[in-house]
Amino acid sequence: MTALLEVEDLRVAYGKIEAVKGISFSVEAGQVVTLIGTNGAGKTTTLRTLSGLLEPLGGEIRFDGQPLKGVPAHKIVALGLAHSPEGRHIFPRLSIAENLQLGAFLRKDSDGIAADIQKAYDLFPILGERRAQAAGTLSGGEQQMLAMGRALMSRPKLLMLDEPSMGLSPIMMQKIMHTIAELKSQGTTILLVEQNAQAALSLADQGHVMEIGKIVLSGTGDALLHDESVRKAYLGED
Amino acid sequence: MHELPQTLVNGLTLGALYGLIAIGYTMVYGIVQLINFAHGEIFMIGGFGALTIYIWLPSGTALSLALPLMLIGGIVASVAIATAAERFAYRPLRGGPRLAPLITAIGLSIALQQAVWAFYPDAKKPRSFPQFEGSSFEIFSNLHIQRGDAFLLIAAPVCMLALGLFVSKSRAGRAMQATAQDPDTAKLMGINTDRIIVMAFAIGGAFAAVAALSHGLKYGQINFEMGFIAGLKAFTAAVLGGIGNIYGAMLGGVVLGIVEALAIKYIQDIPGMDQLGGGAWKDVWAFTLLIVVLLVRPQGLLGERVADRA
Repeated sequence: MTALLEVEDLRVAYGKIEAVKGISFSVEAGQVVTLIGTNGAGKTTTLRTLSGLLEPLGGEIRFDGQPLKGVPAHKIVALGLAHSPEGRHIFPRLSIAENLQLGAFLRKDSDGIAADIQKAYDLFPILGERRAQAAGTLSGGEQQMLAMGRALMSRPKLLMLDEPSMGLSPIMMQKIMHTIAELKSQGTTILLVEQNAQAALSLADQGHVMEIGKIVLSGTGDALLHDESVRKAYLGED
Repeated sequence: MHELPQTLVNGLTLGALYGLIAIGYTMVYGIVQLINFAHGEIFMIGGFGALTIYIWLPSGTALSLALPLMLIGGIVASVAIATAAERFAYRPLRGGPRLAPLITAIGLSIALQQAVWAFYPDAKKPRSFPQFEGSSFEIFSNLHIQRGDAFLLIAAPVCMLALGLFVSKSRAGRAMQATAQDPDTAKLMGINTDRIIVMAFAIGGAFAAVAALSHGLKYGQINFEMGFIAGLKAFTAAVLGGIGNIYGAMLGGVVLGIVEALAIKYIQDIPGMDQLGGGAWKDVWAFTLLIVVLLVRPQGLLGERVADRA
């Protein structure tokens, strides 16, 4: 069986500066795969390229058997690849309900959309309570919930989450990680980018450690969690 | 003070005209942060589009019958030019330095003016525009509304209502708001932002055409230069109201129109200001208002602070 997402020798540059220097990895349906690494390792650049916001310099991306080269961002969503971007990027002056509806922009089944919005409210009750409120008034953690809920509204085959725990309080971070675990148990395929390596690796089936544009180490989440060099570099142990 | 109601209504009509044009500046700015300085010419071309239809119609056609067709003609002309400008002049420059599209806009503005001057029959002089027959409507003994103005006073609120509903209720309108707030994330929702940008230019063009038809009916003539000062005033209105905000554009237009009308009428009565009244000074007062608002409230009357947009 071929993987849902296959990335081969992907290279991305901003002008002359190469941010991603030939990485390869894959995500199988039902898996949670995580990319970890420090700031500037190229994780976010990788996700933005996968969703079509950036153009690759070289390499190949195949999603669900189809090459993504030259496919514009708004058509990639239609193929089933949803991206919850770094920094959340909810639409601040639209209501929570409108943000969720935009997540389902390409769907035509209004009954299904309504049901999925209800599902998002069940997953994150606070969003349901404040559905008519402008999204910009939410706290950081609540905005993160909205961004994840919105990404799920397209019923993606693969959900890409970029730094979902960034800037959150420890309690909120735990709650978000718990939600990701819950999504995993429901069978959602997830590509997770995180700086919180401990949390990400304990959730992930597969992990890849990125350093300045390259994957330097790969393994199962468990193996990486117990790898000595990973522990030293990313988990703060001496 | 006997003439105050009439002055206010005159200001309101003028302001509604500015407001309709201002929508084009504000929509395009709201979506792509571009000041489309050629928008005044898109307005002017709408007037010539409407006039062309009138000339094609058999002579003696009643204006009330011709009006819908002229409106369509004007809209087709304005929207065609606005969307062509987006596609061929602005889109290739997107992502480049901000100055490039601005200079292009100014160049385009001159080119469009000269094209009409050179190629439209007899456009080197003002061309007369059909007028409603009959006298003005008398509301009170001291308040009259010209028939041409009545068209504007009906068209402007109808257009605004339609636009407001479109933006807040329709799927495309919501996509437009999303694109204005965060274009990259809008793409992640599956929104074709290129198409949204074209839509913003098209709506602005259509509103400009309605304004141009109103302008022709109000003044009885159109000319190839009329987009310059009207465009500048409408841009002022858009900034005054808070650029990027559609209701702000109309509010800014109305405020500007009323201030102009009051200034023409009453400034000369202020002791020591008797030299500064009358129509010749109206532009001075309009731009003075702009400067004052920019000093006191830089985001405009209904604009959000830039920090809220992040």
